[in-house]
Amino acid sequence: MALVEIKDLTKVFYRDSQQIPVFDGVNLEMEPGEFLSLMGPSGSGKSTLLHLLAGLDQPTSGQISVGGANVTGMKRRQLAAWRAQHIGFVFQFYNLLPVLTAAQNVELPLLLTSLSSSERHDHVKMALDIVRLSDRSDHYPRQLSGGQEQRAGIARAIVSDPTIILADEPTGDLDAKSAEEILELLKRLNEELNKTILMVTHDAHAAEKAHAVMHLDKGVLSR
Amino acid sequence: MKFIRLIWVNLWRNKLRTILTVLSVMVALFLFTTLRSVVTALEGVSEVGSEVRLVTRSSTGITFPLPQSYFERLKAQDGVRSVTWANWFGGVYIDESNFFAQFAIDQETYLAMYPEMAIPDDQRQAFLSERTAALVGRGLMERFGWELNQNVTLQGAIFPGDWTFTIRAVFEPDDPSFGDQQFFFHYDYLYEGVNGNMIPGWYIVQLEDPEAAPAVIENIDRLFENSSNPTKTETEKAFNTGFVTMWGNIGFLVKAIGTAVFFAILLIAANTMMMAGRERIGENAVLKTLGFQDGLLFRLVLVESVLITAIGGALGVFGSKFMFGPGNPVNNFIQGFQVEWSTVILGLTMATLLGVVSGIVPAWQAMKLPVIQALRRVA
Repeated sequence: MALVEIKDLTKVFYRDSQQIPVFDGVNLEMEPGEFLSLMGPSGSGKSTLLHLLAGLDQPTSGQISVGGANVTGMKRRQLAAWRAQHIGFVFQFYNLLPVLTAAQNVELPLLLTSLSSSERHDHVKMALDIVRLSDRSDHYPRQLSGGQEQRAGIARAIVSDPTIILADEPTGDLDAKSAEEILELLKRLNEELNKTILMVTHDAHAAEKAHAVMHLDKGVLSR
Repeated sequence: MKFIRLIWVNLWRNKLRTILTVLSVMVALFLFTTLRSVVTALEGVSEVGSEVRLVTRSSTGITFPLPQSYFERLKAQDGVRSVTWANWFGGVYIDESNFFAQFAIDQETYLAMYPEMAIPDDQRQAFLSERTAALVGRGLMERFGWELNQNVTLQGAIFPGDWTFTIRAVFEPDDPSFGDQQFFFHYDYLYEGVNGNMIPGWYIVQLEDPEAAPAVIENIDRLFENSSNPTKTETEKAFNTGFVTMWGNIGFLVKAIGTAVFFAILLIAANTMMMAGRERIGENAVLKTLGFQDGLLFRLVLVESVLITAIGGALGVFGSKFMFGPGNPVNNFIQGFQVEWSTVILGLTMATLLGVVSGIVPAWQAMKLPVIQALRRVA
């Protein structure tokens, strides 16, 4: 059974009385442990698809299920709880809280669990070890390089052991060397820890790191 | 508790702004607490006094004295148990800033009528038996570091000359609102010192039955109605209230100022929280993406707002409590002035309320934040 199933998904944005269709009848299946990259021109709806998968937005029609859970049928409150447990989100601009250290940023999703302080500490340490940022755990985001910030962002995404990692242009704000390190890290997470990853990117080289590359253009998704 | 660190670091992300807001709230709550205590003290003053005692004064005004002959005539009235009299002395001790109330009293009758002044028996006897003796409140003794049997010289203002008294007795009031900052001495000493050129300032009449007060008041004032010194008689409580209202409607004024200050600070605190909320739109969107519930974000913002006002409020309220504790100098002007614990609790409640009201809009905005639009702003 597929981990992610998207059936006949349509999304229409409204600007005043004008309808702007983003995609119409999109279908997608992802198996557990799969690493897919999603490419497409700006405005094609790549990020929108990630937002829909994460339950941050509602489709106009169609159905999304992740790990057997019907995401489109959940209420706002249920979605937040579900997201905390099942979605690891990696942002293009890292989006770490500047007032928290790297470790404290990574701990944020765990604050929503019933883990004790020491258990949270252990999980954070493990996540930082995985992304090889343990030596920077007490550093604030302003004291980290872009690549290190993104590694902290990835640690935050994996710390609660989510069902799927959604990465929205994770290398879009990085230099080539740092971008390569982040791509290798994602690949390692997929290969060694069997993490299911859907990565949106503009970079063909980055997309090649995935098992398969999908293209979204003019509302049509193709492999 | 696990979110306290997140709230705390958010609180101090703009240290200067937070400190200024805390200081604003501190000043506001200091003023609120102090002004509230003024009102309480003034209300307390008007509550002092017995329903069993009447005060008979000149109908022209408190500064106009009454003939000595009124003493016997008052005593002869139906329903009157006893009568005494007193005068305002208005002397200066070293410097005019050392103000305190001084009364020349008919010592035997006066003390008999005021059992609320607790005086050791030996000191009472010493005070009654010596013409130049003074009876002083405990608070006044402590204020000037006076000791029993010490001589104190007052410079007369209404009654010119230097007047030396020997402190022979110290009283402590049963009720703090009675005050312990008064200075009493023998009327005879003053009378002789001015060669008999004075008469009592006002009379105090003790009733057999407080229920008879209206009738006795009417009888007394009618008795002197057509004399050259007509009187105005009222219960001691009403007399004290009249003293307070001589200041004007202080209570209303103080409450109006307090309310204005409170609302000004409400706007400042609300503005601070709105600014903080606007700065964190992107971060709140990220937190929602991580799975933070709407209600949780609402509570985090609200607690942060309450923390700011509670810290400022506690500093202001306890600052006022500490500054105006027992023996504070304001007590010399407003009898019984001090910050009560009930006022402290009221101040802290107001501070908390201030935090809730000022934080409710940004908390609501954080809760209702549309994640997608907010994420696009930070992208």
